[in-house]
Amino acid sequence: MGMTFVEKIMATHSDQKEVKPGEIIQAKVDMLMGNDITAPVAINEFKKIGVKEVFDKERIVLVLDHLVPSKDIKSSEQAKKVREFARENDIKYYFEVGKGGIEHCLLPEQGLIMPGEIVIGADSHTCTYGALGALGTGVGSTDLAAAMATGKLWFKVPETIKVVFSGKLNPWVSGKDLILYTIGNIGVDGALYKALEFSGEVIENLSMDNRMTISNMAIEAGAKFGIIAPDKNTKDYLKNRAVRAFSCDYYSDSDADYAQIINYDVTEIEPQVAFPHLPENTKPISKVDKIKIDMAVIGSCTNGRVEDLRISAKIFKNNKMDNGVRCILLTCSQEIYHQALTEGLIEIFITAGVAVSTPTCGPCFGGHMGILAAGEKAISTTNRNFVGRMGHPQSEVYLSNPAIAAASAVKGYITHPEEVLKSEI
Amino acid sequence: MKFEGRVFKYSDNIDTDVIIPGRYLNSSDPEVLAAHCMEGLDSKFSSKVEKGDVIVAGSNFGSGSSREHAPLSIKASGVSCVIAKSFARIFYRNSINIGLPVFICPSGVENINTGDIVEVDIESGYIKNKNNNKAFQAEKFPLFIQEIIKAGGLIAYTKKHYC
Ligand code: SF4
Repeated sequence: MGMTFVEKIMATHSDQKEVKPGEIIQAKVDMLMGNDITAPVAINEFKKIGVKEVFDKERIVLVLDHLVPSKDIKSSEQAKKVREFARENDIKYYFEVGKGGIEHCLLPEQGLIMPGEIVIGADSHTCTYGALGALGTGVGSTDLAAAMATGKLWFKVPETIKVVFSGKLNPWVSGKDLILYTIGNIGVDGALYKALEFSGEVIENLSMDNRMTISNMAIEAGAKFGIIAPDKNTKDYLKNRAVRAFSCDYYSDSDADYAQIINYDVTEIEPQVAFPHLPENTKPISKVDKIKIDMAVIGSCTNGRVEDLRISAKIFKNNKMDNGVRCILLTCSQEIYHQALTEGLIEIFITAGVAVSTPTCGPCFGGHMGILAAGEKAISTTNRNFVGRMGHPQSEVYLSNPAIAAASAVKGYITHPEEVLKSEI
Repeated sequence: MKFEGRVFKYSDNIDTDVIIPGRYLNSSDPEVLAAHCMEGLDSKFSSKVEKGDVIVAGSNFGSGSSREHAPLSIKASGVSCVIAKSFARIFYRNSINIGLPVFICPSGVENINTGDIVEVDIESGYIKNKNNNKAFQAEKFPLFIQEIIKAGGLIAYTKKHYC
């Protein structure tokens, strides 16, 4: 019997010929990441272990992204703790405000993630790195602390669910719609304790930005990993970025044992909207009534990459936002911000009345930079619409792709992008 | 070790954003976190909960974010353990790592309600509902996890095995 992609990588990282789902292994980790919220707790725990230094100062990434630029004194103190730890331990990949961005955009973009690696991050969306063929998974701060000391961590080998997308994508259907559709279909615990492996002709033809959006939300179905086998796209993406040597020769054996194989014909998939308060509450846009919104958020580690900004700009070009709506756009990294500026996208956003922000997680987790009041509704390109996720427990968040979010900001209610582009003609 | 406490029962998919909302993550002080525990769902939880009380919930408890602040806030609020039909993966790990006892016991969840008094044997996972005198056995932990629990959490385990 062959092995899945995940089993192969877990086996090599625990020096075994093979591993089986359910088995608990001690695996070597290639890259570790913490942010301004989770790293402070990890640093406290790390100090309790009593080792003199981190296991490898070139394998740890510390990013200030959640509550930065600091929202208050307490956040500044947390950031300071991370900053000082990075200095004291000579951490090579430390990203300061103005030089970094949101972790899950930043790490791939900086070439810090290679196919076939195991990456842990004290942040649940670490599964984003599956788009590069890496086993990225979210852990807690204590896990991060232990791994910073030893370079190893315990894992349970998960079963894998294979999701195969075939057919031809409809206009305006993006990676975000494919993953929302999948979550709507299998549910928020549909892949609990399992890995998701996305494949098929549609994935093969999908850009890296769109692939990252898909892998990013694997956790929203409860998955441990959301992987896509590396290919030519991956290689091209990494070519001028990778900080280490890499190979793209990782795949699942044709006789590997899957927990389940799910086939979707994308010809039937429309742009999706996830209704409050779970990402699984999805509806195709044609079934969504005119829901009035107060805020639109475009960005985050799910949809803040340059392709997302380009498609938003296409909608905002020559269109002003509805008077009743505020729109906050968060570029995902300093590099993307710069690129959007060079391409003239920022000019379009500002002319349309969009508030363009420096890279930060900000409103995505209800931290700062645009929090909803009681009774307010938002359309957002982020990944979670839980109760109170973006503000007051009585506020509501609808999740969508960037084109829908931008079109809804222009119209003042949730709508299909074609309604804006059509009315232009 | 046995605990006895009053039950707070919740439904499926209780996520870490309602357990401890993002706006409070500018602190990692357990006392501060405890003051806002479960606030997204029940703003009076922190004033009602007493030492030893038990949270009982449906499936996928602790879904969402990896914030360890979630199990930390539950532990610091005095809750002795969480019993659920299933747990989200990261929450489960975090709880084991920081020493918050968590039990998977679907039949127990079906037969325990808010306000019941339950007795839980932390070592064996034996759960007794004193209101209807029904008893339940939670799933056993894999050996490796038992070792982490025995050591007193992941940091103590790491100290013992690597230092
Ligand atoms: S953008 Fe949102 S989901 Fe992504 S890391 Fe930041 S808070 Fe988490």
